[in-house]
Amino acid sequence: MWYLCVFYHRLLDYRKPEVESLAHLFGAFEDEQNGDVPSQLQWKLPIHHHPDSPFHFVNLPSEQVARSIANRSILVKGMYELWGEGGSYEELKDSVLSYPDERKLPYLEAGSTFKITVDSFGKVMSLNEQKELIQGLAYIPFKGQVKLKNPDHNFWLIEIDNYGRNNGLPPIVQRRIFFGREVGGADRKLIPTYQLKSRTYLGPTAMDAEMAFLMANQALATSGKLIYDPFVGTGSILVGAAHFGALTMGADIDIRVVRDGRGPNCNVWSNFEQYGLPMPVGLLRADNNRPPWRSGLKEIFDAIICDPPYGVRAGGRKSGGRKLLKGAVEPYVVPDDKRTDHIPSTAPYSLVECVHDLLDLAAKMLAMRGRLVFFYPVLRDDDCAETHFPEHPCFKLISSSEQILSSRYSRVLLTMVKVGAYTKEIAEAARLKHLEFRENHVKWLQDGNLHSAVFSPIDAQLPEAGDSKFIKDPKPKYRGNYYVGLGHSTVKIKVGIFGDSFFFLVGGLDNS
Amino acid sequence: MRLLTHNMLSSNIKGVEKGFPLRIEAEKVVEKPVEMNADFLRKMFEKVEWKAFVEASRSMGYAQLPEEVDSGMLESDEFLSRFHHALLELHLEEGALVCPETGRRFPVNKGIPNMLLHEDEV
Repeated sequence: MWYLCVFYHRLLDYRKPEVESLAHLFGAFEDEQNGDVPSQLQWKLPIHHHPDSPFHFVNLPSEQVARSIANRSILVKGMYELWGEGGSYEELKDSVLSYPDERKLPYLEAGSTFKITVDSFGKVMSLNEQKELIQGLAYIPFKGQVKLKNPDHNFWLIEIDNYGRNNGLPPIVQRRIFFGREVGGADRKLIPTYQLKSRTYLGPTAMDAEMAFLMANQALATSGKLIYDPFVGTGSILVGAAHFGALTMGADIDIRVVRDGRGPNCNVWSNFEQYGLPMPVGLLRADNNRPPWRSGLKEIFDAIICDPPYGVRAGGRKSGGRKLLKGAVEPYVVPDDKRTDHIPSTAPYSLVECVHDLLDLAAKMLAMRGRLVFFYPVLRDDDCAETHFPEHPCFKLISSSEQILSSRYSRVLLTMVKVGAYTKEIAEAARLKHLEFRENHVKWLQDGNLHSAVFSPIDAQLPEAGDSKFIKDPKPKYRGNYYVGLGHSTVKIKVGIFGDSFFFLVGGLDNS
Repeated sequence: MRLLTHNMLSSNIKGVEKGFPLRIEAEKVVEKPVEMNADFLRKMFEKVEWKAFVEASRSMGYAQLPEEVDSGMLESDEFLSRFHHALLELHLEEGALVCPETGRRFPVNKGIPNMLLHEDEV
């Protein structure tokens, strides 16, 4: 059955993949076992709507599935069973009247409670205007009692129109009005509860709550599953997964972050305690480049979710003595009497090698059909038409969602499903690649250097401060940061890039 | 560090052939209750190296696990709760994991094992 799905207008690339993943989690594809790759949902756009529009129609097997998806999602504002739609209120009336009675009457019964919410996109309606519209719906035989708080049934009258101004939404060509019964929607209390600004223990690259939940949804986190983060840091990603019932495990090469934190009440454990979540099953200090797993161990994790170090704001490290790997010193042995308290020197870890190790780890340690969900940084180059994402024979990429971080670079959330077993040949190829990285340590550091690409001085091509303050942005204006010129002033519309506090600005632009 | 974690770890020092299982030197063991999830236990049962698990459990002070097992035992609540207890409720807070071949100690502090290799071990 087709449902109207209204998204929050943010993180546009993440919206549909989230619904697809949750559909998979709640059994929407049980009937069609399409081999390795999950089946896809059918989507339709309302007439005249742009693909970036918050409004989409999606075909789901049952109301139960629709409700489960909507309630667990982060980006679905509401999922509605559409009773009617039209370009005018007259058309809407005809449409609603022709919608089958057997679908309507059960929700209009005496003895039930209901309310009607009026929502207009692109403009604010006064309470009087809203009341008039509600009264205009008198042709629907509501027999229940009106109850504004927690009614049995919640009906929505949604109006979208072209109001002439560029208000940051995708262009609307013509007016469209929807009337439907709400089936479910995102829990609005979730993010305020978990938001980073009230988190006990934070680090510079802690994942914001919204994104951690999106990642957990992509990974199908649920009770009974074991989920691993090889770059656990303060545990911000695992908190998201634990909220949805999964058991978690994490490792980090930095022992201070994972073991000590900032004190006995300010560490990874206290983050879980803060929300009453079950503690991680295991935390360890380990190097993902030299993992401590026993050789027979495989297919033990149901998902791996992580944010590897890109080398821009936080560089990765791996074991092996920086000077040693560079060839600056001869191989040395740590004297026995110094061994106990020896802190091994670590070397910089290029993004390329880091991702290679991550894929190798995931290929071996993920259960079949398990998901690998991780962020991959990309440079926002006008010239570079296609971005090549990492590939591995054991994996199938099922979604990639971009989040713009600055004018220079974005990060893309990749979701991969394990479809092939970790064979001897694959293991051998990985071993050889690992050795190759070791031999060419210095070369990889220079070639794979994202840091300099992001932080190098700005091009002379950018307009000077004092001009129209437009950034040359190939993407349509309502993606990421919006800059709308109104005469001589600029209006900056924030669309929440990094949770609630972060904002990257480059060049001669307003800093607020 | 729980025994589930211990069962996954080995000493991967360069040149070491048999780094699993690591011998446990227990200085401080703590018991922390954890809610039982039978599905999770059944899944982990397939992955656990049983002999090493029983031995490790003994060195943590819990000797109630059967020496040999088969999947039929998963039906028994008694077995499940003992398995659950040993796998998830025993914590090594302070101590060390010792490589069976070289004797190299991997310290465990505040429940976190330090598995990082020294420069000459990679």
